Amino acid sequence: MKLLRIGYVTAAILGLLWSAVVAICMAITLALLTGAAVTPGLLAAMPAGALVGVLLVWGKLNIPAKTYVLAALFALLLVALRLGQPFGISLGESSLAQSLALIGIAFATVGPLKAMLRGLPFGALNRHEFEGAVIKFLTGFGYVFFTVIVAIPFFVMVMTSFKSQQALLVNPLDYSLDLSKGWGLFRSYVELFRDFNFGSYLLTSFFVSVMTVLLTLLFSVPGAYAVARLRFKGQAAMSRSILLIYMVPMIVLALPIYIAFSSVGLRNSIFGILLIYPVTTIPVALYMLQGYFRGLPAEIEEAGLMDGLSRLQVIWKITLPLSLPAIASVSLYVFMIGWNEFLLAFMLLDDPSKFTLTRGVAMLNSSEIPRQHLMAGSVIATIPIMLIFLGLEKFMTKGLTAGSVKG
Amino acid sequence: MQDSPKGTGPLGKREAKLAWGMLAPTIISASLVVILPLLAIFWISFKPITLGDLRVPTPEVYERIKGKIENAGDEALYDLRLTNSSREEPITGVTLQDTLPEGMIILELPPECTLNGRDLFCEFGDWEAGYRERLRIPFSGTQAFVDADPNPRESVAILEGQANSVLFDSTFTLKNFVKIFDGREFWSVIGVTLFYAVFGTIGALVVGLFAALLLNKSFKGQGLLRGLYLFPYVTPVIAVAFTWVTLFDPFSGSANALLIQMGVLAEPINFFGQKPQALIMVTVFEIWRYFPMSFLFILARMQSIDSSMYEAADMDGASPFQKFWYLSVPQLAGILSVLFLLRFIWTFNKFDDIFLLTGGSAGTRTLTVDVYEQAFAVSNIGAGAAVAVVIFAMLLVFSYFFFKYGSQEEGL
Repeated sequence: MKLLRIGYVTAAILGLLWSAVVAICMAITLALLTGAAVTPGLLAAMPAGALVGVLLVWGKLNIPAKTYVLAALFALLLVALRLGQPFGISLGESSLAQSLALIGIAFATVGPLKAMLRGLPFGALNRHEFEGAVIKFLTGFGYVFFTVIVAIPFFVMVMTSFKSQQALLVNPLDYSLDLSKGWGLFRSYVELFRDFNFGSYLLTSFFVSVMTVLLTLLFSVPGAYAVARLRFKGQAAMSRSILLIYMVPMIVLALPIYIAFSSVGLRNSIFGILLIYPVTTIPVALYMLQGYFRGLPAEIEEAGLMDGLSRLQVIWKITLPLSLPAIASVSLYVFMIGWNEFLLAFMLLDDPSKFTLTRGVAMLNSSEIPRQHLMAGSVIATIPIMLIFLGLEKFMTKGLTAGSVKG
Repeated sequence: MQDSPKGTGPLGKREAKLAWGMLAPTIISASLVVILPLLAIFWISFKPITLGDLRVPTPEVYERIKGKIENAGDEALYDLRLTNSSREEPITGVTLQDTLPEGMIILELPPECTLNGRDLFCEFGDWEAGYRERLRIPFSGTQAFVDADPNPRESVAILEGQANSVLFDSTFTLKNFVKIFDGREFWSVIGVTLFYAVFGTIGALVVGLFAALLLNKSFKGQGLLRGLYLFPYVTPVIAVAFTWVTLFDPFSGSANALLIQMGVLAEPINFFGQKPQALIMVTVFEIWRYFPMSFLFILARMQSIDSSMYEAADMDGASPFQKFWYLSVPQLAGILSVLFLLRFIWTFNKFDDIFLLTGGSAGTRTLTVDVYEQAFAVSNIGAGAAVAVVIFAMLLVFSYFFFKYGSQEEGL
């Protein structure tokens, strides 16, 4: 530990690690965008990174435009150490992308590294300086790490939907878009809407989700108000049991529901789905809303009661307008559950004319239907919820944390 | 709002009445969809019942006219094909009711049947399992019949009869439980479930904590990053699960191609198709998909920690790691333990993710997937219900811990 807390040692290690992170990311990016057989070349990038790290903390190196000089040095070293092939392929192949990537890798290594090592002395470090540098490195690593793990699956989902089955089998890494195809790129989407009825699934899902929201609110608003505001025996037990319902796994309920629906003939009906969906969301909604209602000042409601309003009028005219933000959060959250629900739709719907979107996508998972259709279906299922989420992110985040929330 | 403290005065009574009235819709619907199915699961788990038994034996008939009536007075056969839909169960007291087409003159009425105007009524008595019979009734047609050329199926024949359904009779068995506890497979299912729940939960918490630490400062684009990091959680599971399957496909998946190209792997791995990688992968998927939830909760808690504590620690010369370890971690212990319990239970209950990724093959069959497999793949609904009962029993134990240790913290 003592040995680590020397300026140039810390700088060398962080430089080595950071350049490895950047080199791997850049190689993955380049590979996915060009489809070329790129390798990260860690054996070249890491020593170069370590050297740049040491130079960054070397106080005597006082030159203008230090970042640019060091970036150039890093790029040169990379080219030299890999014998003129900084990404393991000849520079003639996708030259433009390679040169951009080389500039990118140099600055992405040197720039953040400079920030991480800022103010670090060359010699012995105290605990604060050492930990500060390590934390800055971990922060940088964290941003890269999370962005990569979240972005790659979505990138693959979208790009696969534009490709053809053969192209994927020939080179699974090639996600470059063949722009010459023009609108032909959207073939999978056109086919899904034309041949696979996805327009109707989209509408069904939308209808089911909106109805679920409305029914859930209709049931849970009065219930939540009762639990939060009114005094009665069994109040505590009620709010406990609401939580308990959270903990019953859906598959345990789905089995008897399947049996019951089969014998009553409610399978394959949207009506049957609408009987079940709201009940799975009411406890969550009730729990979230009662937390909010408790936080509202009781005095306003009491004033309303004094002025001769009945309890229900108080709820309608005072409590509800005050809790619109919470109701918006709950609605969004319930909409999301309804939209994403898979298990019940999968078990209860067999008739392709009545599918919801998730059930429709599940239907595409067959060996006879090409992969890009499945991915295009996934994109269609994802985009509406993503748009809603991005547009109303504040409400959503609040809603998700407001009550503890099922997932 | 000023009730008597005991709440037994007339005002209090009215309030309680109103409260129950407002809760009634929720209570009734929850009992119908949650409590009733739970009771049903217990009932079914003691029943020797398979998927096929769900179809209650019903009497069926297929009507058609044999022969052609071209002129008034021609004769033909009114042909009724009668069957018992079940090959195992008899039906008792079968009756048939139908309205004959206009202009059909029955020449010879079968002894079981009576005719009243155009209304045909037959009493067939009992049908054994797999009963098949043909009833041919000769008739002649009038001009009205020739003109209309009716299809006898236009007026639907109503058949009634009583049949036993295994679902409701009084045969009970312990075979379902014996069967599931007997196989060595069951204990491996329990082991897989626990591995998945424990590591999925811990992983999601640790990764979520890391993400929360990253975003616990305000900078430009913080909202954007937070939104991005929530994507895995808000996207439909079916979309991301299939994306993972595509990404890690042994033949056309990018992950394998990338790892081979970079020299990490010599040959492709079937990530979701072989032991033990499949179990690790579904656990990683679980972490990936649910770290945003832990991250949101932890971040919300972090932002409510009093910053003066950190200032005091700075004055005392605490280093960043010391501040994290001695200040943040104890402050977050409450939410972390609650999250652990919640996430543990929900991961334990999770079905969709594994079902979509592997379908429970390659050593990834958890208890919830087992319910589905037993009930639908093996068609043994009773055994599926028995597994569900085991799940429920384990959950009762977990919720006991949840309410014992979870309730004091964070107001849950």
